[in-house]
Amino acid sequence: MKICVLVKEVPDAAVEKRIDASTGRMDRNGEKNLNPYDTHAIEAAMQIKEGGVIPVEEIVAVTMGPESAVRALHKAVSLGADRSLHLTDAALAGSDVAATGYALAKALEREAPDLVLLGQQSDDGECYTIGAVVADHLRMPSLTQVIQMDVADGGLRCERQAEYGYDTVQVELPAVISVGDAINEPRYPSLKAIMGAKRRPLETLASGDVGIDVALVGVDGSRVSCGEFHAPPAKAAGQIIEDEDTNETVEQIVAWLDERKLI
Amino acid sequence: MAEILVYVLHNEGTLNRNSLGAVSEAAKLASELGTTADAVVVGGSDLTDDLLGTLGSYGAGRVFRAAGPEGLAQPVVDVMAKVIDEHGHGYAIFGGGLLGFEIGAGLAARKQAGVTMEVTGVSVEDGKLVAERPILGDSQISRSKYRGDLGIIIGRINAFEVRESGSGPAEVVDVEIEYSPWSTKATMVQRGEQRGADVNIEDAKILVAGGRGLGKAEGFELAEALANALGGAVAATRAVVDAGWYPYAAQIGQTGKTVSPKLYLAAGISGAIQHKVGMQSSENIVAINKDANAPIFEFSDLGIVGDLNKILPRLTEAVKAKKGS
Ligand SMILES: Cc1cc2nc3c(=O)[nH]c(=O)nc-3n(C[C@H](O)[C@H](O)[C@H](O)COP(=O)(O)OP(=O)(O)OC[C@H]3O[C@@H](n4cnc5c(N)ncnc54)[C@H](O)[C@@H]3O)c2cc1C
Ligand SMILES: Nc1ncnc2c1ncn2[C@@H]1O[C@H](COP(=O)(O)O)[C@@H](O)[C@H]1O
Repeated sequence: MKICVLVKEVPDAAVEKRIDASTGRMDRNGEKNLNPYDTHAIEAAMQIKEGGVIPVEEIVAVTMGPESAVRALHKAVSLGADRSLHLTDAALAGSDVAATGYALAKALEREAPDLVLLGQQSDDGECYTIGAVVADHLRMPSLTQVIQMDVADGGLRCERQAEYGYDTVQVELPAVISVGDAINEPRYPSLKAIMGAKRRPLETLASGDVGIDVALVGVDGSRVSCGEFHAPPAKAAGQIIEDEDTNETVEQIVAWLDERKLI
Repeated sequence: MAEILVYVLHNEGTLNRNSLGAVSEAAKLASELGTTADAVVVGGSDLTDDLLGTLGSYGAGRVFRAAGPEGLAQPVVDVMAKVIDEHGHGYAIFGGGLLGFEIGAGLAARKQAGVTMEVTGVSVEDGKLVAERPILGDSQISRSKYRGDLGIIIGRINAFEVRESGSGPAEVVDVEIEYSPWSTKATMVQRGEQRGADVNIEDAKILVAGGRGLGKAEGFELAEALANALGGAVAATRAVVDAGWYPYAAQIGQTGKTVSPKLYLAAGISGAIQHKVGMQSSENIVAINKDANAPIFEFSDLGIVGDLNKILPRLTEAVKAKKGS
């Protein structure tokens, strides 16, 4: 089986994310990293491969993004992907969720994977939905937020928490599965893997290479435009206590609770 | 004028509260737009004419009903795409939850439509809907405008108020549907399994909520001791429920319970949006977290930056002492 894992480069969690007022897009300057949620998807692919229930020939990391996004691919390879695919094109910049999912689906179509894995959310976009968009274009069954996934009955037996409790769903392959962060504990890459990552095959593709209709992507092809950013109504800042002397801290908490008749 | 179509989720013959909120909101928006709101449901024989008729009192004109599997998104995408193709709805609205995200996104792909998720407010501008969505950890709000024939709005949980307009029963319209081949390739084996004990957190006046910061399942003993001292109950985040540390019935948030106790005290909880949406209307919010930058401090009334292992046991003792005095 061939597994494609969708990965994305996002601003480092330690960097304050902000909107660039001049373009209305996310300011993507500063430190960047592989979206931490995607490391769970790579780990899930590795566990299927190492589990041995079904032979995995290849794990391919796929991203759409600017030039710098190759670093996310290198990281993905250091975590276990065999090679990677970088979809990059000026025409794709500013794509909304639906356009991004469409473009990724076109790149994936060419790979014809048996399984597409992705993270539950991107740290910056937080849309939770790319998987469902990709799946409809690929005409594959799909589930998001999966926290347990086993190869069973020729497909995948998946578990996830939904509105009314935990659901168990049997999914036929090929399929698109977005994994929750509780599915596994991602491994750390070895130094050797980090050093070797840049030497693994990395293919760069433009829209035309995978048959993307550029009228359907980018700012102009997107059906929703976001803008007019504004701050939410300010909430009175709460009181903060730095715990230095715990007895004193506890006294303060009790007094605070007592004042509000909560004890 | 293009109508609004609302997906209504249900389970065991009960309509989802957030879906009712979405219907109420759609009805309000529709009247501003000079059009009407309809609902769509997919499921089994528990979707009776009587049950669906009640959607009229939240403002739905018609309810499109299709027979199909429950708890899965892709069949609903097929049904909604068909209803929209035949009736020309201009907007699709979903209440909060997991399926709404999946269906809304699938529908956006199918119909080449714009989609906005986590929407907290919708308004009418120049005869069109504009959706507001908080972004970047709720630090900014962005406004979405739609192009094309269909705009999709996925609400944040509890964003839309349930309002009864007192109208008569909705008209139920059956939809004959042939599902796409890929929509039937996921099958429900078991739906809505309740993991862990059946506890009640919705009626508690005081909740001590525990998160991954408790370190391990046994860490909840600290939270339980404090809850006992305060005369409250213990709640949890999804992270610890997924990890099997605490029962699902105690989970607060998007796919858990919505609570508004007099006191909500968080121990080792980061304050992710999906947790926040289930507890932000609590009267008093206290958080203990060792990370001064944890998002939970943004919406706490009292925040304590420190190690819960040091603070919780002493706080429990102090509360007991105070109560004893
Ligand atoms: C579609 C969807 C639905 C979701 N539904 C829900 C939901 O219903 N409910 C929910 O809760 N989540 C939900 N989530 C998950 C949510 O996004 C977060 O992952 C989750 O709430 C995090 O839980 P946590 O705060 O326990 O863990 P973490 O985010 O890991 O936070 C742990 C915190 O503990 C602190 N800490 C660690 N050690 C100590 C110590 N010794 N003393 C003090 N502090 C310490 C850390 O600083 C950290 O801030 C959902 C996610 C998605 C995508
Ligand atoms: N530009 C992108 N390239 C590749 N994968 C992406 C991209 N954007 C999002 N994804 C994948 O989709 C998941 C969910 O992202 P989102 O829907 O933005 O929250 C991420 O965890 C990634 O696996």
